[in-house]
Amino acid sequence: MTWGLEAASVRFGTRSALEDVTLVAEPASLSVVVGGDGAGKSTLLRALVGLVALHSGVSRRPSKSEIGYVPATAGLYGDLTVEENLAFSGGAYGVTGPELARRSAELLERTGLSGARGRLGGQLSGGMQRKLAVAMALLHRPALLVLDEPTTGVDPVSRAELWRLISAAAATGTAVVATTTYVGEAHRASCVTLLEKGRSIATGAPSEIVAAVSGRLGVVRSSAQPRGFSWRWGTTWRVWSPSGVLPEGAEAVPPEFDDAVIIAALADERGV
Amino acid sequence: MVALAEARHLTKRFGAFTAVDSVDLAVASGEVVGLLGSNGAGKTTLIRLLLGLLRPSGGDAVLFGALPSMSTRRRVGYVPQTLGLYDDMTVAENWSFTAAAFGSPRRVLPGAVRESGEELVGSLPLGLQRRLAFAVAISHEPELLVLDEPTSGVGPLMRARLWQDIRESAEHGTGVLVTTHNMEEAEQCDRLVVMLEGRVAADGAVADVIGTRTVVEVTCEDWRKAFAVLDAEGLIVQVHSDVLRVPGSPRQVGELLARQGLVAAVTEVPANLEEAFVSLVTVGPRP
Repeated sequence: MTWGLEAASVRFGTRSALEDVTLVAEPASLSVVVGGDGAGKSTLLRALVGLVALHSGVSRRPSKSEIGYVPATAGLYGDLTVEENLAFSGGAYGVTGPELARRSAELLERTGLSGARGRLGGQLSGGMQRKLAVAMALLHRPALLVLDEPTTGVDPVSRAELWRLISAAAATGTAVVATTTYVGEAHRASCVTLLEKGRSIATGAPSEIVAAVSGRLGVVRSSAQPRGFSWRWGTTWRVWSPSGVLPEGAEAVPPEFDDAVIIAALADERGV
Repeated sequence: MVALAEARHLTKRFGAFTAVDSVDLAVASGEVVGLLGSNGAGKTTLIRLLLGLLRPSGGDAVLFGALPSMSTRRRVGYVPQTLGLYDDMTVAENWSFTAAAFGSPRRVLPGAVRESGEELVGSLPLGLQRRLAFAVAISHEPELLVLDEPTSGVGPLMRARLWQDIRESAEHGTGVLVTTHNMEEAEQCDRLVVMLEGRVAADGAVADVIGTRTVVEVTCEDWRKAFAVLDAEGLIVQVHSDVLRVPGSPRQVGELLARQGLVAAVTEVPANLEEAFVSLVTVGPRP
């Protein structure tokens, strides 16, 4: 069964928070939603797991007991210990007794939290808290795992460990949907959705999003901003021409995924 | 090259814990230096020492050739992770308040935030708040800018615009010290300093930090099967669409897969900055 949203719209009063968004969550695969603050990422995930109602469109999801969901802000109880958090989550999903003990031990080992089982959730570092929250959502082996910015503000080592944990769930059959503000993390997905102001502005495999770039991309090695659609990359400028005519002094280069993401956002902003 | 900010064998101890351990670092005019490290590596303590907010236990923090003081503070722009803006004041009020605090001449609001002048800062999207915090930090024309995670939480386009602002400052001669966990952002710096347990573990351009490190790329008909094998060996396997990247040697990885009867293409490729960072922090520096 493939989960996801089809032409989904969400309204809060008269305000449109999500407009005609389609998102595919295949079993044993990872889908990543990229967007900044206010793009609608959390609303999209909440619509997927059934926490907000759709104004129109279809949401396909397994039953509640087969979903694991980690919101952006918490996902754990600060005044329970690591072990108590896992037991609480297990209780909520019917994982108890020897199965809870076995699964907890496995996840604690995988997250490197074995030595912290007696510590309060609120006293863990940001990275450890995220790992614990993901572990709690994985305890009952969900069919659909939904993670809201699991790695924002987390250092690269903890991030690598988190992605290993998330990939392991996908490798064993779980459909995973995660949001991120880091373009680099979208490379990990088999399907990427770029979200801007509640709308999907590009979707597909990373290679398909790159292939969909029209016009031409150039590099300008000077400090003066070239005319047209341009942005900074280190000490150089990148310039994109929808018509394919690059300004003088620009050297044409094939777009990479990071470029394709910025081009999609620029094209959307300027209505190209 | 005259350093704007300099750490000389700088050390800070909190009781028995050494947070910053004999660190040498310099930021020169016009350069963007990225300060990387895991949480708890000592980045924030180092910044607080350089700004004069903490007193060193050993060594020296030198700002513009002198000890940090009120007069050196005037020449520094600082954007903390929490932004340092007043949420219940408008954009224009935040702007003029800072100008008054620094005694700098009144200027018009910069273009990036002008349209939102009368809005309360707390009601703005994070990206605009970040742009305002940056504009406020450079409004007194500082010679040194210190930015703590300047683009955390914003989308790709806003991130590119914030970096445009940062580069423009550097081109006007400002020295910039940036902390970040975002390796795409780190790659845009002129030079990186990587901290590990209070010490400098690596220092140089992106290519110097990566050095000769490699990872093994694994392509297999079904990535899930290869993942299961390598993951069970305790390796930190990273999935990129349907290709796996894993530390180790191609022979070793190839043997692990062959032992389970998996046919896979295994090649050695240069590590990216993120992989090099993880290796540096977990395995340790190598020549």
